[in-house]
Amino acid sequence: MPSNKSVSDAPIFQFTNCRILRSHQLQREDLWVREGKILNPEKLFFDEKGSADIQLDCKDSIIAPGFIDVQINGGFGVDFSLAADDVQSGISLVSQKILSHGVTSFCPTLVTSPPSVYHKVLPQISVRNGGPHGAGILGAHLEGPFISKEKKGAHSEHYLSTFESGAFQDLLATYRHLDCVRIVTLAPEMKRSSEVIQELTRRGICVSLGHSVANLSQAEEAVRHGATFITHLFNAMLPFHHRDPGIVGLLTSDQIPARRRVFYGMISDGIHTNPAALRIAHRAHPKGLVLVTDAIAGMGLAPGRHTLGQQVIEVDGLNTYIAGEHSIRSLVTFSPHLGPCVF
Amino acid sequence: MRLVILDDYDLASEWAAKYICNRIIQFKPSQGRYFTLGLPTGSTPLGCYKKLIEYHKNGDLSFKYVKTFNMDEYVGLPRNHPESYHSYMWNNFFKHIDIDPNNAHILDGNAPDLQAECDAFEKKIEEAGGIDLFVGGIGPDGHIAFNEPGSSLASRTRLKTLAMDTILANAKYFDGDLSKVPTMALTVGVGTVMDAREVMILITGAHKAFALYKAIEEGVNHMWTVSAFQQHPRTIFVCDEDATLELRVKTVKYFKD
Repeated sequence: MPSNKSVSDAPIFQFTNCRILRSHQLQREDLWVREGKILNPEKLFFDEKGSADIQLDCKDSIIAPGFIDVQINGGFGVDFSLAADDVQSGISLVSQKILSHGVTSFCPTLVTSPPSVYHKVLPQISVRNGGPHGAGILGAHLEGPFISKEKKGAHSEHYLSTFESGAFQDLLATYRHLDCVRIVTLAPEMKRSSEVIQELTRRGICVSLGHSVANLSQAEEAVRHGATFITHLFNAMLPFHHRDPGIVGLLTSDQIPARRRVFYGMISDGIHTNPAALRIAHRAHPKGLVLVTDAIAGMGLAPGRHTLGQQVIEVDGLNTYIAGEHSIRSLVTFSPHLGPCVF
Repeated sequence: MRLVILDDYDLASEWAAKYICNRIIQFKPSQGRYFTLGLPTGSTPLGCYKKLIEYHKNGDLSFKYVKTFNMDEYVGLPRNHPESYHSYMWNNFFKHIDIDPNNAHILDGNAPDLQAECDAFEKKIEEAGGIDLFVGGIGPDGHIAFNEPGSSLASRTRLKTLAMDTILANAKYFDGDLSKVPTMALTVGVGTVMDAREVMILITGAHKAFALYKAIEEGVNHMWTVSAFQQHPRTIFVCDEDATLELRVKTVKYFKD
């Protein structure tokens, strides 16, 4: 049956035999789309007297909004923390490849690096919309170098840094270009972090707590100054302790502003976190959970050696290690570990 | 009348759906020759709608050449309110079948001139050639559509104030809050439904038993408006066992055999 020509000539697509994500649930409903916009089919029926021009049988698939990956260090041979001359082509390659994995926006993430890397790479990153050419780029995520030595994980110890002498000026000297920066991960127990967090927040940059040995009070203080995110919960932070839950305690803290919601990234590959731990976090604070890949250059490639900024990584099956050491780094992409995440 | 008694709600729904399905198929509707169906809302016909949808999905029944006219709609309730009859019909029926939206008619309870809306509705029925089969239910107070006790048995489509019995019965759809239930509705008249060539009334559940008794075993009375159909040449009452609880054994035996 034809669509109502007096409203729009564009064809109406009806996706049938599918489940859609609506009101925080998977519902068995058809999805109606015209000119790239989702329609209210009831309104279409009664107001426009319109109906579908083309029906597509989705064979019981789920139709979901595109994923947003806020922590991805590279992939397909591309390492975002390398001081390349042509950073854009690396980013474009990754953005194009992750589209088929369902990711429609991402934050290219840079691990702890010397200032020269930031000075070279950051000016070459630009925020742009996604499309058929690739996922959208939301801005850079700078994970380090203002992180804790004890919780450096796979970051290079040599390039860790502090801002205790000049606070925000030190940070600015390290990164220099903040225009395209969207998230900064730092350890809030570091001296003068409150000032830094305040200034970053004032500039519209999301402050995330991670790679830290902060206790709960320090974490709460950071949130009061503007921090709103936690970098890969459970990893690279003190474990939950019943007398001091540490950063993990933010999920249920009552010492943070009432209207503030703290979000937390989770690497849910079953290796970085035990699924039981993931479920505990989800049950404690279901509305804050953000899945991330924290994927590295080796994603999508065969086992072997790749770089992660200043480190060399060895990929062996599902596990990755700093070449010569034993520290977990993430490899898998979204699809394999999304299954266990459908609650 | 015909009184068809099935053992339970599901069987009654299925019987009714099969009847409607067969009527449509036998009619052989086509371009320019539509089958016109009058439709109810409420909890009683839900099972019947589910069955009709099943027959459609099996490929046995198409609504491409069917025109529908709903009995009623609340006044003042936004069209997209989850309890409006537009929402009911969309979610429980229209979205699952292949009816042309131009052929699905429901009164607009938010029309600027309500009486004009009612008059236009009567006209549309007339232009469609009248109703072939009007399916309806019965209220606990014996009403058909929103023709509350005291409605003229010769009435046409118009605005009606809802009786307290009806408001109480509908409260369950509005979180049990009486203040949220609409107090007025547009409804087809008793006369409008009587004009249909065939009428089928669905009555299930013990809470409707007394109304059924009043409608078919007592006289024609404007206090129990369904009783008007005693004077219709082709009416079928489809019930489950529970709905017959207030009838005389003699009546039930006569129709069950």
